[in-house]
Order: sequence, then structure tokens, then C-alpha cells
Amino acid sequence: MGRVMESLIGPRVPVVELRARPWRYLTPTFLFMAARVLLLVSIFFPYWHMELEAPQYPNGLFLTAYVNHLSGDVREIDGLNHYIGMRPLGEAAAFERAAAVWMIIAMFLLVEGAAFVHSKWAVVLAVPAILFPLGFYLDLVYWMTTFGQNLDPEAPLSSSVKPFTPTVIGEGGIGQFKTYAEFGNGYWMAVAGAVVVIVGFVFHRRAYKPLAERARMAAAGGAGGAGGGGV
Amino acid sequence: MARKNRTGCVGSAVLMALVAGLVAEGVALGQQEGRRRRPGAEARPIEMTPDQVAQLTRLANERRLNFDDLLSSAKTFMPSGRHDDYVLFSSGGQSGQVYAIGVPSMRLLRSIAVFTPESWQGYGFAGDQDPVIESLKIDGKLVGWGDTHHPALSETKGEYDGQFLFIGDKANARVAVIDLRDWETKQIVKNPLTISDHGAAFVTPDTDYVIEGGQYATVLGYGYAPPEEYKAKYRGMVTLWKFDRARGRIDEKSSFALELPPYWQDLADAGKGASDGYFFVNSFNVEMASGGVERGQPPFEAGASKRDMDYLHIVDWKKAERAFKAGKAKTINGFPVLTIETSIAEGLLYFAPEPKSPHGVDVTPCGKYMVVAGKLDPHVTVYSIEKVKRAIESKAYSGTDDYGIPVLNFDAVKEAQVELGLGPLHTQFDDKGYAYTSLFLDSAVARWALGGDYAKLHKDQPWKLVTKTPVQYNIGHLSAAEGDTVSPDGKYLVSMSKWSVDRFITTGPLLPQNFQLLDIGAPGTAMPVIYDMPFPVGEPHYCQMIKADKLKSWEVYPQIGWNPHTQALDPRAPKKGEEGVTREGNKVLVKMTAIRSHFFPEHVEVNEGDVVTWRITALESTKDATHGFCIGAYNINLSLEPGEFQEFTFTADRPGTYPFYCTEFCSALHLEMMGYLHVKPKSLATGEAGR
Repeated sequence: MGRVMESLIGPRVPVVELRARPWRYLTPTFLFMAARVLLLVSIFFPYWHMELEAPQYPNGLFLTAYVNHLSGDVREIDGLNHYIGMRPLGEAAAFERAAAVWMIIAMFLLVEGAAFVHSKWAVVLAVPAILFPLGFYLDLVYWMTTFGQNLDPEAPLSSSVKPFTPTVIGEGGIGQFKTYAEFGNGYWMAVAGAVVVIVGFVFHRRAYKPLAERARMAAAGGAGGAGGGGV
Repeated sequence: MARKNRTGCVGSAVLMALVAGLVAEGVALGQQEGRRRRPGAEARPIEMTPDQVAQLTRLANERRLNFDDLLSSAKTFMPSGRHDDYVLFSSGGQSGQVYAIGVPSMRLLRSIAVFTPESWQGYGFAGDQDPVIESLKIDGKLVGWGDTHHPALSETKGEYDGQFLFIGDKANARVAVIDLRDWETKQIVKNPLTISDHGAAFVTPDTDYVIEGGQYATVLGYGYAPPEEYKAKYRGMVTLWKFDRARGRIDEKSSFALELPPYWQDLADAGKGASDGYFFVNSFNVEMASGGVERGQPPFEAGASKRDMDYLHIVDWKKAERAFKAGKAKTINGFPVLTIETSIAEGLLYFAPEPKSPHGVDVTPCGKYMVVAGKLDPHVTVYSIEKVKRAIESKAYSGTDDYGIPVLNFDAVKEAQVELGLGPLHTQFDDKGYAYTSLFLDSAVARWALGGDYAKLHKDQPWKLVTKTPVQYNIGHLSAAEGDTVSPDGKYLVSMSKWSVDRFITTGPLLPQNFQLLDIGAPGTAMPVIYDMPFPVGEPHYCQMIKADKLKSWEVYPQIGWNPHTQALDPRAPKKGEEGVTREGNKVLVKMTAIRSHFFPEHVEVNEGDVVTWRITALESTKDATHGFCIGAYNINLSLEPGEFQEFTFTADRPGTYPFYCTEFCSALHLEMMGYLHVKPKSLATGEAGR
């Protein structure tokens, strides 16, 4: 039992070793902490924006998606969308928006856990945080496509606006509107968080792999001083 | 934004700083919500190529424009999308409305319905018991027009604050309050003492009171007396309407009036700075001529102009307020009035002689001088408030009038007299020590130099005419940019020329008025007319010009379901999902919403004779997404501005099928935004309970 546990969470760092090379062991911990902060703070920042431009809206219309809510000219965009038979934006990704904050908290805790696991299994804990930005993007594509492709054929403008695939990132257009969509700072924070986690693992591996090998060798009764061998 | 980590043992502090930086940047960008700037709109300095100069010259010659015309165009033209620097709020005369005009472009921006029902704004077309119609009734009788004369923007410390606009109705002695957040009339008060007024509206420097001076003397409280009893029974008055700024309404219960002799009180102005606490009212007909040309008497025009001097009324309103609060007023027609006797005893009212049937009295920006324009006398007479105060203190009277009111010694209170020309009427000011007076008979605007403290601002001789600019024609009021406040801007002046004669295409025998814009920015003798704007809706009187950025107008109503009559969210406003038609006996309640491009519900069925109460909420929150709502043949039309709630009641006394529709083009499917009101004839409706 103890052995399985030890192989999962990896070796603990001897106090002497920690005192001798604090940064070697603290760097991955701090990087993971930074990633967690980035992820958590990203909740408060937009993940995605779309600006819609048309002659009669000289100041444009704006749609901003946070992980857990939509803001901007949602009412007006919904009002316009009803002419082409698109469902209200509030019906899109309802589950994802409701669950997003909990998911981020879960990822926060998992990455925190990863800092305490000194074996290769730590990576498993961090996988959700690393894949999260990609997941957000794919979910966005899914909903945009679903909404764009499923227009009410009874809508007033159904003869001039056919089902379409909205442009998720970059410049697109629908009717008299030009659309410009881009990721927001929240999204880039999540991406940065993922990158920082990956970088953290470089340092994680550098710190704990030798420890783990030494422990294994010690367990196998092999030679080699436990305290020796600097890097 | 994903920044590369440096290799090696980077301090965690650096990382945390990076995070903090990201957060800060995110906050800054997040607030912009990714808004990108649209191209255009910004102007760049130009330098004309010889080819462009030639092009412009050719065009000017083709259109017979001289160089001054080109300059005028350049001073007034506004490219599409560019906003004016000032907004001119003009009275609309007999139209009963107020008009807003952009300066310098002189583009008409909006009309504001005040005393006359107006269908575009849905003003007075909301069925029975329409609060607008109710507010226009006098003793239960609709008086559905007004003669708007003098707008007054609310002031704080003598500066326009852009919050409210007041306007008087000369024909019916009413004062209206307009809220400049939504540019709608909120209140109309009827003066219970008199039928007509003139000196309305003028505000005290912090808008504590809105002054309404009378005009034609009558028996106060709408009483009767034959003209033979003119001197004994007829009276003038000036009313101080207390303004409750927090409520945005005149507080009629805290308002009071001063009884005045039956001279025809004319224009008024509130003191400020040195003269704060006083206000001034002109008068004519101190002769108390009672007319009767049909009986061989001299007509009013001669009888009221016989004497060389009339009386400038000087009222100490702070003292009058104290007397009113001390219970010294008596009640006439339910309204508190400080009698002439009380005014004499309490020292509230003094007269200063003024030549001769004058018109405007205008207080200089610092408040030290009052300028009275002679009308039938070619001078403006300037009074000093210090001299007035001293004369009151030392009782430097030349006597009393017939009612015992002390008349101050003319020479003791006069500061200067400036000869300007024929028919001086009204005066405005700039920031360079000049005053501007309209000359009706000369058809000109006079620029003249002020003296006293103002003399150091200019190089001209004090109290002296500098120049005149002819205007076309018969100028009445004039208005300079913030030209009656404590800090005039010294830009732009509008001449409200009453006759246009040959200035525009002849439009039948009834011609528009002419609003002429003068550039008063340069000192000296250059004061050209740079724009003529026809004003074809009534004969306006005064107007005021406010810096546009002082106006904090709402773009849409603050909440969906807003009641503009109460300026609050109305709990009765139907929300989305609450629509429907319910019945209680013969009373039907319709709850409706409006959004592009449908009303909900689209069919409303009632029985002949039902009393229908109809509530509509405009669910829109986008700027300019206004709907209308009309029911033909039932005299109903509403303007449903974004977020607005309206309620109206009517009796469905005419059976038939009535299409209702949106009267303000709202969308590509505007024509489809309609529905039917089905009024079932009595013969078919008998025995039906539900709808």
C-alpha cells in the first residue's frame, strides 16, 4: 500500500536537500501557483469578443463572452437574430456557462495537487488545465455552428439569410453586418496558465526525477551516495 | 500575451509581477470590451493646393459667393456626424412649443411639445384622462395652445447647469417645466392670479425660484371689474414659483406672489453676484391708460406712452420670501399674495424711473449693473446696484407712486445712459466687456462698451456704442452664447429677426421668422451675419444658448418600463411574458409589449361600450429604436421611446375593426408591426362573459 502510494506521489524532498537547493524545488511550485492564479483571475476577464458593424450602428454592436456569462448588446443582437430565426444567445452553452466557475476551481485544485505529487503522475492532474483553452475554443465552434446552421425556416428573413457558419475568430459577415471576432484577455490568461503549467513541468521533472531515481536505486539496494551528486 | 519564461531560477516575484501586469492590462482592455475605432470623423489640418483653390474659386463664382460668404460657410458648416458646439433653446411663440437648434450650424434638432398637443411626440393623444391634456386644462377647460415667450435654463451659481428648462405662456399665464434628461415637459402650472403674463420665465441664480412677471393688469384671481375701476381694482403681479430640484417640479404650495400696481409689468431678470437677492421687472403704462378708442379715448398705444418715465421694479426677493414664510401674505384665489401695503411696510419693493416704455432689463454678468433698453427711447439706461442699495438706505426718494411705493431718485441710481439708436429692446453680454443690444426700429445689433469694472477688459471708451450690424429685419430678442449668465462665452449671437420679407422664397403671405447668426468672436467693428435660418413654426421671443456638453441627455430611458410622467420605473409596466387581455365587468385591461417588429398581443377583442385601459412597454434598449402606436379613428397616438411605458384609457364606443400599427419607422418589418382591435357590436356581444 505504502509503496503504491509512494510511486504515485513520488519521493519527498529531504530537508537538507531543500535547504541546499531551495529554488530547484520551489520553482515548479511557484510556476504552478502562477498558473493557478492566471486561471482563477481569467474568470473576471472576457474570453471572446465579437464586434458587429452595420451602417445603422455607427458605434457597432458588441458581444463579450466570459466563461460564465455573456455581456454587451445581447438584447439587441437577439432582437436582430430573431429576424433570421436564430435562437437567443442565452440558450447557447448554458450548461458550460453554469459549470465553468466550478470547473475552473476544480482545475485550480488539481494543479495545486500537482505541486505535491513528485512523480510523472502529476501530469495527469494538470491535463484539464492544459487542455482547457482548446476545449473552450472547440465548444465555441460547436455552438456557433449549431446556432448558425439551425435557423428557423419560418423567420421573416429566411429567404435572404440562409443557414451559415459564423466566423469564430477573425473577420466574417452576415447580412449587412461585418463581424470581427477575437479572443479576449481571459482566454489569453487561460492559455498563459496552460503554458506556465507546461514550463512548470520542465522544472518539475528536473527537480524530482533525480530524486525518484535515487529513491528507486536505494530501494533496489544499489550503490551511489544518497546525498551526493550535484547538478 | 503568453510571455516566455526566462530559463533558470527566475524569482517568483518576477512571475507574480507578470501576473499583476496582465491583470492590470486586462482591466484596462476589458473596459473597452474590444471596441475598435471607426475610421473617418477625425479632421486633419488642410493645406489647399493651387488646383483646389482654383476649384473653390470656380465654384464660388458659379454660385455667386464672395469671399465673406465662403468664410461664413466655413464658420457654420457641419460635416455629417459632427455635433454643434451649442444648443439654442428657443421659444416657439404661438406654436406653444420649444425648439432646439444647433449652433453654429443652425440645424433644427428637435421640437419639444409644451402647451400644444403634438402627435409625433404622442403629446396629448393618449385617450381619455391623458395626463398631458389634464395638465393643459384651466378650470376644467382645455386650453390647448400657448404663446411661449421666454425660456429659462436652470442655473447653479448663475451658470446654466443643463438640467431643466422653464418656459412661460403669455396668453394664459402658465409656466412649464421641461426635464432635459429626456427633453419632455413634466409639469405645467397655471397662475391662479392672472390670465396673461410676460416676464416668465426667469430663474434666480441657483434656481430657487422661477419668476413669472405679469403683463396686462386684471382683477387678481380672475375677478371682474369694469374698465372705469381700472385704478382701484385692476392689479399687476409677479409670482415666485418655488422649484424643487430634487423632484424636478415646481412646488406650488411653497410659491407666492407680490401684488403690484396695474402698470403693465414686462420683462424681468434676477440679480446675481452683487445684486443677488433682488430681481428686476420693467413696466410700461404707468399712465394706467385704460384705452377705449371706440369711445373716443386715446388708444392704448398712445395712452400708455404718454409719460417720459415708467418704473423699474426692484424687488428684494429674499426679504419677500421671509415675509411670506412669516405668514404675512393674504390669500387670493387660494394663492398667497404679499399686498402692496405689505411690500411697502416690509421694504420689499422700490421703483426707479426708467425712460420710456422700456422693454428688457438685463443684469450684467457680475451683477453690478442693470441695463434697461429704452424701446421708445434711443438709450439704454444703466443702473448701479450699489447706488440702488445706497438710495434705499438713505431714502433718496423722489416721491412715491399713486399707491405709495417709494420711487428712488433717478440721478441717484443711474450709472450711465448710452445712446444706441432707435428701438433698443434687449441686451446680452460677452466675456470681453461688451454688451449687445437689439435695435428693433434700426433693424440692427449694437455692440457697446461697458464701463466700471468692465472698462479694463477692452480699449474702447466706456459706456459707448462701438458698432452696429444690420439684421433682416425688425429684431426682437437676441441671444449670445451663455450671454445672460455670470460667464458669457463671447461667441455667436443669434438675432431673432421678426420679419424676413425678402430673405427666403416667398411662402405665401405668411412668412417665416429669421434667426440670424452673428459672429461676435472678433472685437472691434467686425460682427458679420454668417447664417440665416428660417423659423417657420411660430413667432418666437427669447432663446438661450447653452454649451452642448452641459446637456446630459439620456440616450434611452434608464430602465425598461420607465414612466416619463413620473420619471421612474412604473410597476404597472407589462414585462415580457406578462402580456394579455383581461376583463372585469365592462373594464378591459390590455397589457402589451412592443419590440421590433411586433406588438404582443396582435389581436385585442373588446365589446362595444367597454372601457379599455391599455398599457404598453417598449422593450427596446437601443438608441433611436423608437416605436409609435396608433389606433386610427380613436385619436390615439403614442411615441414609445426605448424603454418607455405608456398607459391610456378610452371607451370603445365605435364598433368595428381597427388596425393599430407602429407609427415610427423602426425596422425592415415596420409595416408588419401591426395588429387589430376588434370592437364587437353590442348586438353580437350580448351574453358574452369572457373576451
